[in-house]
Amino acid sequence: MGTLSSVEPETFERAAQALAELTAAGRSARISGAGTKRWGSPGSDAAVPVRTGGLNRILAHDPGDMTATLQAGVPLAEAQERFAACDQQLALDPPTADPGGDSTRSATIGGIVATADCGPLAHRYGGPRDLVVGMTVALADGTIARSGGTVIKNVAGYDVAKLFCGSFGTLGLILSVNVRLHPRLPTTTAVGRTGDPGRLCTAARALAAMPAELEALDLAWEGGAGRLLARCAGPQAGARAQRIAAAMVDEGLHDVATDGEDEPLWERQRAGQRSAAGAVLRVAADPSTTVEVIAAAESADGSLVARAALGHFHLTVPPAQAAAVRSRLPEGAVSVLHDCPPAARQQIDDPWGVTPAGALGLMRALKARFDPSGTCNPGTFVGGI
Amino acid sequence: METGSAELIAQLRAICGREFVLTDGGELATYQSDGLLHYRQRPLVAVLPSDAQEVAAVVRACFEAEVPWVARGSGTGLSGGALPLADGVLIVLARMRRILEVDLENQRVVVQPGVTNLAVSRAVGPSYFYPPDPSSQIVCSIGGNIAENSGGAHCFKYGFTTNYVLGLQVVLSDGTLVRLRRDDPGYDLLGAFVGSEGTLGVTTEITLRVIPAPEHVRTMLAFFPDTGAAGEAVSAIVDQGVVPGAIEMMDSLAIEAAEGATGAGYRLDAGAALLVEVDGPREECESVLTRLERTCEDAGAFEVRLAQTDAERDLIWRARKAAFASMGRIAPAYYVQDGVIPRTRLAAVLREIDALASDYGLRVANVFHAGDGNLHPLVCYDDAVEGEAARAEELAGKIVRACVDAGGSITGEHGVGVDKRDYMSAMFGEADLETFQRLRCAFDPHGLANPGKVMPTPRLCGEVPGPYREHPLERAGIAQRM
Repeated sequence: MGTLSSVEPETFERAAQALAELTAAGRSARISGAGTKRWGSPGSDAAVPVRTGGLNRILAHDPGDMTATLQAGVPLAEAQERFAACDQQLALDPPTADPGGDSTRSATIGGIVATADCGPLAHRYGGPRDLVVGMTVALADGTIARSGGTVIKNVAGYDVAKLFCGSFGTLGLILSVNVRLHPRLPTTTAVGRTGDPGRLCTAARALAAMPAELEALDLAWEGGAGRLLARCAGPQAGARAQRIAAAMVDEGLHDVATDGEDEPLWERQRAGQRSAAGAVLRVAADPSTTVEVIAAAESADGSLVARAALGHFHLTVPPAQAAAVRSRLPEGAVSVLHDCPPAARQQIDDPWGVTPAGALGLMRALKARFDPSGTCNPGTFVGGI
Repeated sequence: METGSAELIAQLRAICGREFVLTDGGELATYQSDGLLHYRQRPLVAVLPSDAQEVAAVVRACFEAEVPWVARGSGTGLSGGALPLADGVLIVLARMRRILEVDLENQRVVVQPGVTNLAVSRAVGPSYFYPPDPSSQIVCSIGGNIAENSGGAHCFKYGFTTNYVLGLQVVLSDGTLVRLRRDDPGYDLLGAFVGSEGTLGVTTEITLRVIPAPEHVRTMLAFFPDTGAAGEAVSAIVDQGVVPGAIEMMDSLAIEAAEGATGAGYRLDAGAALLVEVDGPREECESVLTRLERTCEDAGAFEVRLAQTDAERDLIWRARKAAFASMGRIAPAYYVQDGVIPRTRLAAVLREIDALASDYGLRVANVFHAGDGNLHPLVCYDDAVEGEAARAEELAGKIVRACVDAGGSITGEHGVGVDKRDYMSAMFGEADLETFQRLRCAFDPHGLANPGKVMPTPRLCGEVPGPYREHPLERAGIAQRM
């Protein structure tokens, strides 16, 4: 393998064999999908790129059972087109475009699952961990292992799939995922605006407490202006959105409207999770502290989009101020650095922030069991894993 | 009693207080089984700690003494997951039943593991609720729900325990207390822990997400000539993009038993009853309901009832919830199975179950969560007839294999425990099982947390740090180091 510059296997067996060969040769792998997310710590320059582009088949879509099996390299957008033809969707909507503007790159399901990325639909459907019902992975020693199954309800065996969701390729290579699907229904979104962060947060809380069964409940803050978006899905989405809009007016929001052609509104929310020039901090904090998170972003003339009821925020700030913004987040908040221009990355101590010692010990133990030789994406993850 | 055991028991008494350490055979008999009564084993000792620090000290003492342990909630589990070990400690969490915090602003509740499932919804109701609702929810504990990743009748729409856990405090097998939070960076330790059947540690504090209670609920009961027609109705409902809060099916034998016990008014001339509940915003429920009524009629329903009052809704559910308990009316004993199939294979698998039942000369009642294909065949038998219990167990095993062959799972919500261990190999290959073991060993390298559960053959972890010490399972002749 001495001359190997990169690997792009087309079968599970070849992928597993490539990892085993790298391990045997004492080399490491830098596993990636389309390469739209240059997150985490940089890792080793000597690592051999292992790309999933050759694993690009939709292995199954069973509309009647509302499940599908996708190889890791399948672009999410391509899978969604297939599901949409049956009025179904994978309820996972992170941004899929390359923040650098390379139109040939579109996020793959493997990359999205490995980074636990998600979008506004997380409000109702959770993230990859909540939608992946089974997984096939290759480990550094060449083992190919399955966990979970293809049915949506299943508690047999350990949930290895959840462990791989958000593992950034450090436990092994995701070969394929089995996912549960949901109906794709007509949608209408209610939007309201305010320049008062306190009012925005109170309104968000009021909507979160309504039994409205929202698909998504997002807020955004930029340049002293805030907006709140609530999406309804179903045959009666229009009427429901009217009720939500009335509640927004009651909460003192202005320019309240409903929109049945709402996709651009949500595309804009998703776009707020990426930046070509700024630093994007992914923050988790109690929803009750939203005003403080907005204040932290404003202190650096930054902007944010957020899942209002979950307390998941994406702050875009000038890279030079990312560290300062982090220090101004409310107590108990955790933050991870996502997008950041390479030159500015050095100004950030640790993209992962602080991980409690007890949990970190378990993570190191898992890494040692799954990838004892440190083949897979070494040095890129939490605590230097 | 061995000296080592006597020393450990003395330590446990010092930690928890004498009255909360049980060694008397009569007292221990209470704990010899969980909800799966045909497995029985009295533990060496049962302890009832009062808080997380006591649990940690108990586990630490077991670690020092190299004694394995099993944690137990309310003991309602149906796979023998809380079956004690003859040479082990049983950690009973029944005294830890405080609700520590209700924070509706952040839509969450913090509870101790012994709090019952229903108590969580009661603490946040009526405006909020906690969706996972196993049938045993009046008594089953949240700690047990965490161990089993419990589901219930509403999980087709709302998901499972794992989708609602935001944080855990757990005691690892060396006695250390660790906090796992869903939003912390790093591996999803929480996801690995929930559903691990007590083999990765014991949870001492749980943070759960609660959600606004649905604005409107409508419940419908439809009677069909046979399960095939009812199954077609289920497919037709789901194909319309409708996700009901619950879709439950009962076959004629289950109807007979449940109706006998409750007098809820189910039609005894029906081959299948389908309970469909839609919940959510009022406008959606009412528009969906009219469609569903027609869908059931088109699939062959000869009667469709809509509950008009809460009392009527309760009556419809009473029969469904009594289905397991009422089987005593038609058989002296029964064995509950918990297979899952892809929903589209329903008709074929039910036919196969019928054929297997007649081969064995046994009756099988079917009660199931039809939306997610989770079958609960109840294999009826008479334990007074020699060999019939064994035949029933064999039949139940064939049913579970039929589920796997159809592309399903050996367990949808009851867990593997001791009961399904031997079927794990029907679903997973050696490489898969070996990978499970890696996860288990990362959490519990000494194999002291609920050993002998989940995995088909006892395995030990390699590369245990520190000098070699004989493992308790080796000493007991249960497992060998490989």
